[in-house]
Amino acid sequence: MGEERTRYKLVLGYGTCGIAAGANAVKTALEEAVEKGSYDVDLDIAGCMGYCFKEPIIEVTDRERDYSVVYGDLDAKKVLQVLEEHILNGRVIEEWVVRKSDDPSFGEGDFLANQHRIVLRNCGRINPESIDEYIAVGGYQAARKALTQMTSEEVIDEVSKSGLRGRGGAGFPTGTKWGFARKARGEEKYLVCNADEGDPGAFMDRSVLEGDPHSVIEGMIIAGYAIGAKQGYIYCRAEYPLALKRLEIAIDHLHQRGYLGKGIFGTDWDFDIKIKKGAGAFVCGEETALMASIEGRRGMPNPRPPFPANEGLWRKPTNINNVETLAAVPWIISHGGDKYAELGTEKSKGTKVFCLAGKVRRSGLAEVPMGYTLRQVIFDVGGGVREGKEFKAVQMGGPSGGCLPAELLDTPVDYEAITATGAIMGSGGMIVADSSTCMVDLARYFLSFTQEESCGKCVPCRIGTKRMLEILTRICEGKGVPEDMEKLQTLAADIKAASLCALGGTAPNPVLTTLKYFRNEYEDHILRHKCTAGVCPALITLFINEETCTGCGACLKVCPTGAISGEKKEPHKIDPELCIRCKLCLSRCPTESIWAE
Amino acid sequence: MEEGCNHKHRFASVDDLRPLEEILKRYEKEKGALIPLLQETQEAYGYLDEKIMRMLAKKAGYQLSQIYGVATFYTQFRLQPIGEYLIKVCHGTACHVAGADLITEEVCNQLGIKEKETTPDGKFTLESVMCVGACSLSPIMIVGEDTHGKLKPTAIKKILKSYYGEPKEEDE
Ligand SMILES: Cc1cc2nc3c(=O)[nH]c(=O)nc-3n(C[C@H](O)[C@H](O)[C@H](O)COP(=O)(O)O)c2cc1C
Ligand code: FES
Repeated sequence: MGEERTRYKLVLGYGTCGIAAGANAVKTALEEAVEKGSYDVDLDIAGCMGYCFKEPIIEVTDRERDYSVVYGDLDAKKVLQVLEEHILNGRVIEEWVVRKSDDPSFGEGDFLANQHRIVLRNCGRINPESIDEYIAVGGYQAARKALTQMTSEEVIDEVSKSGLRGRGGAGFPTGTKWGFARKARGEEKYLVCNADEGDPGAFMDRSVLEGDPHSVIEGMIIAGYAIGAKQGYIYCRAEYPLALKRLEIAIDHLHQRGYLGKGIFGTDWDFDIKIKKGAGAFVCGEETALMASIEGRRGMPNPRPPFPANEGLWRKPTNINNVETLAAVPWIISHGGDKYAELGTEKSKGTKVFCLAGKVRRSGLAEVPMGYTLRQVIFDVGGGVREGKEFKAVQMGGPSGGCLPAELLDTPVDYEAITATGAIMGSGGMIVADSSTCMVDLARYFLSFTQEESCGKCVPCRIGTKRMLEILTRICEGKGVPEDMEKLQTLAADIKAASLCALGGTAPNPVLTTLKYFRNEYEDHILRHKCTAGVCPALITLFINEETCTGCGACLKVCPTGAISGEKKEPHKIDPELCIRCKLCLSRCPTESIWAE
Repeated sequence: MEEGCNHKHRFASVDDLRPLEEILKRYEKEKGALIPLLQETQEAYGYLDEKIMRMLAKKAGYQLSQIYGVATFYTQFRLQPIGEYLIKVCHGTACHVAGADLITEEVCNQLGIKEKETTPDGKFTLESVMCVGACSLSPIMIVGEDTHGKLKPTAIKKILKSYYGEPKEEDE
């Protein structure tokens, strides 16, 4: 990175998703080539741009023409070609372009054009390991403004005016919560950032922490000032090593600048932050369990009240907010609460980040104004279902959420509207399912998750989820009986009513929504012994298509039970008696001639 | 990905108490530091050996039951030694829907071990984890420090082989 300005700027998407897709090899190739050659370019990294489906990705900006293109699906070889063609010869390689800054209709441009980015405002655009880049885009001005020009009450008013509600799942109004902590009696107060992100299928908090850690920290500085807390904690799950590393770097930089510590921004306000690394327990995302974990105990929830605002960490008043909530705060302080409240519905304001995954064509990060319909999120932003298949369901809100069918695609994203369907907004994970996803298996999967993660403190959750899981497992094994559906329903009602925390209180949701919207699949499993999606091993048979089988023998070699037979170059056959339906052959077949039914 | 071949885990022997003493010193003044204490101890020794936990209890002033309680509550802590590389197959929602079961099955198949077991040569230990946050590249497997995304069961053999340094020609 030279001081003098080069014509081109080349930014590599370097978050966990990019690295998983091979960004390291691209980075090495780029660095070597730029070192050796004479390209008029400087290199930089950024967090996830949200185009996870096209990783590894680079954005090439032509500073002279104020124009940029994003290239996707790169590898070490292709990126050298980009250097040759684009940087040396000024020719854009159209084929690999994901997005052009001047033509949102080109390529996958509408993925971004259909979004409205506030929380993700800097993700993929600045180097998350450089405080200077954050400051250059206006970073820390909101915190400075809050601390030097506003009283704590004014800050809280502004956040209340914005209508911001907690993005950690429950959707509690943030301004109101801050007000409670502010008014709580006590000299010593704490502010905690909940970065535990335990919902499998949600990765927005990771993306923000990796792509723009300073925005979260700035939100914490503002929140700490508002409630009167001088010590902040970030509780981040250990499964996110890159997020942890970037947070550490950011906090180091802030100490060097005097933006954290004693008398920050030239005021007499002190604020500091410590990072606490989780140790792998989903329930620690729940606020009272999280605090127990910070104190070094087993992470088990406690009944509320007392609420953390009055008696939290070390029994002092404590305010807990989610990563996404905090990342929106600096924007609200800079632009004003009213501006934020212009977006969204009557009761759900602003924007929400969703993580698209599963069978959706464009998986990645989608930040949209509240009030967009599920259809807009999944189809306009997400590009619909992969391989042109039919949409079957979207799972929202992880293990506490539910599965919604195509008929509900016009539901707006709004806390109340989503809850009315039986799902929840939750953290914002959206797993799209097509005909190859079995809804009973999915419900069983979530129950096995909550059962495993139940901390065991209360009976309804510990034992109730176990009984539900047993029934679901039985159904998937083809041993279900018609009464099982009713039994599930009764158990679900009891667990919901009697659990100590929301882990148990919401655990039945995936079962209830699938029973409600996909009852036919339960009936298929129980009455007709069929898994139409071809997922549940006990209820399927594997076949080889004799027309397309080339007799290569790949399946025969991998079959653990010797159920496959056939001469070389002749169509093979599966003996259903011997077959244990492990489906290993299915993944080996080069001509996709094996199917499950 | 590719750079997976050259990092070796170096764990201290449980007879060597120096790493433990260093860790204890660092957290001497911090309240509620049991979890980071255990995390760093595990990083140093690879797992939480009974002898080490006893020592920790004595020196840091905890009840052994308290330490054991925490160590068994959180999935991150291990009471058994692990191989040189820890293989973590993600079984989060996205990965489950994308066929994580097949990935685990294939790894078991290739290495001849079951989940939570270590290969006889001490090279690999296999575990499942919940969402690692790279759902858009599901299914995902992490080997040591390297994340492998968009996996197909057919790719696993080659990936595992790459951790044996010089790629060996194996009879097929
Ligand atoms: C079982 C369970 C798991 C939770 N996991 C998380 C989580 O991973 N991240 C999070 O921010 N909130 C999580 N929550 C919600 C928190 O308890 C809390 O409501 C939230 O952190 C408050 O922040 P907010 O007001 O900004 O949303 C979880 C709740 C429950 C019951
Ligand atoms: S489900 Fe595997 S990375 Fe999220």
